[in-house]
Amino acid sequence: MPVNTASLVIGLSYASLLFLVSVGLSVVFGLMRFVNLATGSLYLIGGYIGWSVARSTGNFFLALIAGALAALVVGVLIERGFLQRLHRKELLQVCLTLGVAYIVQDVTRWIWGGDPLRLRPPELLRGSMELFGSVVPIYRVALIGIGAVLAVLVWYLLERTKWGAYVRAGVDDLEMVQCLGINARRVFAIVFSLGALLCGLGGALGTPVTGVAPGTDIQLQLMALIVVVLGGLGSVTGAIVASIVVALVDTIVRTFWPEASFFAVWALAALVLIVRPQGLLGRAA
Amino acid sequence: MNAKSISAQWRPAAILGLLVLLLIAPFVLPTYPLSVLTEILIFTLFAMSLNILLGYAGLPSLGHSAFFGTGGYAVGLLAKYLGTPAPLALLIAVVAGIALALITGPFVLRTHGAYFLILTLSLTQVLFGIVWLWRRVTGGDDGLPGIPTPKLPFLLGRVSDTANFYYLTLIVVGIAIATIAWVVRSPFGLALVGIRENERYLEGLGYPTWTLKYVAYALAGGYGALAGGLFAYFKGFVGPGQISWLLAGEGMVMVILGGAGTFWGPAIGTILVLLLRYEVSAFTQRWVMILGIVFILTVLLLPQGIVRLPNRIREIRAQLRREAPLPRPTAPAHHTPSERAVERVIERS
Repeated sequence: MPVNTASLVIGLSYASLLFLVSVGLSVVFGLMRFVNLATGSLYLIGGYIGWSVARSTGNFFLALIAGALAALVVGVLIERGFLQRLHRKELLQVCLTLGVAYIVQDVTRWIWGGDPLRLRPPELLRGSMELFGSVVPIYRVALIGIGAVLAVLVWYLLERTKWGAYVRAGVDDLEMVQCLGINARRVFAIVFSLGALLCGLGGALGTPVTGVAPGTDIQLQLMALIVVVLGGLGSVTGAIVASIVVALVDTIVRTFWPEASFFAVWALAALVLIVRPQGLLGRAA
Repeated sequence: MNAKSISAQWRPAAILGLLVLLLIAPFVLPTYPLSVLTEILIFTLFAMSLNILLGYAGLPSLGHSAFFGTGGYAVGLLAKYLGTPAPLALLIAVVAGIALALITGPFVLRTHGAYFLILTLSLTQVLFGIVWLWRRVTGGDDGLPGIPTPKLPFLLGRVSDTANFYYLTLIVVGIAIATIAWVVRSPFGLALVGIRENERYLEGLGYPTWTLKYVAYALAGGYGALAGGLFAYFKGFVGPGQISWLLAGEGMVMVILGGAGTFWGPAIGTILVLLLRYEVSAFTQRWVMILGIVFILTVLLLPQGIVRLPNRIREIRAQLRREAPLPRPTAPAHHTPSERAVERVIERS
């Protein structure tokens, strides 16, 4: 049977990474209609910084923190420096964040070279274990756990707290939120920074699995775009569901028909948008 | 007399001068710069066709390479299997591009904004996948090599082969650009700008907005396929790279850098991007970074595109002299609100 526990674990662990990259993009997209094509670059930065820190200190958890913080710093720079003045100018946002992505890719290639880098998981999570009769890598299982915990945290933050209510209200009607005296710009800045943090964390967490190389940023960026649009802009639940669907489809097709795996996800995206132009869980615009 | 009308007065002379320069280029330029110029002409047509969607109709397409590739493969397949002469092959390429747009149009036009962007991108990737996997017909990732370069018969033996194909490209692209100019200045083109600015308003006025967008999509597809067909002849090769979304992204950047929704902006963007790629990459490996810096600087300093550089300089000089801002041309009275909307757009840009 091709769809066994092992491929399920691989698929779900990939879904965790996709969720981390896409949730920030989704909320920022929904909240401010902001197209951030440098999301994949934040993942790349998290991965590279994490790799270097793990190399020099030998501490994997320090590497995670460093990767997440590095992406946070770059994210805040992008937001403070450029994004604030490009409100509602989608084409310019595309152009600018693409410029940032080019620069990040070239700088990281300069520093870390063009070869893919891989990190070994921490001592504790190395090796494999038996789960429902198949042998699976422990690190993948841990990734699923981390992804699930973070997904619940983000969901709680956005769906069950007052601050999350501001964000969701901003997704629906930004002008009205501002009229109520809520500092939407600050809400946006916080959301953007949190998204960048999660992206960097995803990058550092993903280095033992996907590796990190020039091109990882583009691959993750495209996947995140699919996830965001399939799930519906600004929907956390949508991002969770779409991450799982996209990752599982990708993994299953990879086992059945390896050459077609890359296109299968796009065919899925096209199909969903043809049937439901507002995404799986998106509200009609 | 204000600046705008002066530039309008000189426009015919400027276009004539440009045409003369383009006509004598093969006698002045060596082979390599001439082939770069040929490529610039082809990509100018590509960017201008994308500009119909991106700039005029406000449809953010990230899948325009699908049409470019369709044109290329039409030319490549016809040359390989039937040996069709170039004029007919290019015509079929255009028809194929229009047909693809007519088939996909009803689906993509149901989506808006970001969803439009992703759906056009997805469909392009699916087409890429079909071409990639259908090795028996398309050659897969090897593509179709050995497409013979067409030549203008009346120039045979008088100029070099590079110059001959350059003139052929110049004629085809010139005619195409002239028709695009006619289209975007027609009532149809103005209505597209109206749709970009306020679609529901135009709908309320009784414009068939969906049909107008559909026609614009088909037109852009046809012109895009024409550019792709020319490019396949230029390279003598067509491969999946010519459908890749990277090309669509590059076209998008050319349009935005030059100035989306302006007629000459995409041409300027094309020249900038291609010169950066060929000239800067010759003396530094860091050209990707330079391209990124150029994107960011353009967005920050010239948000309306490089085509606005003269106006921007004038504005900054006026500010420096602490003078009152330049007098704006007063909008003449118009009959329909759509024209007023267009006038507003022009005034703002």
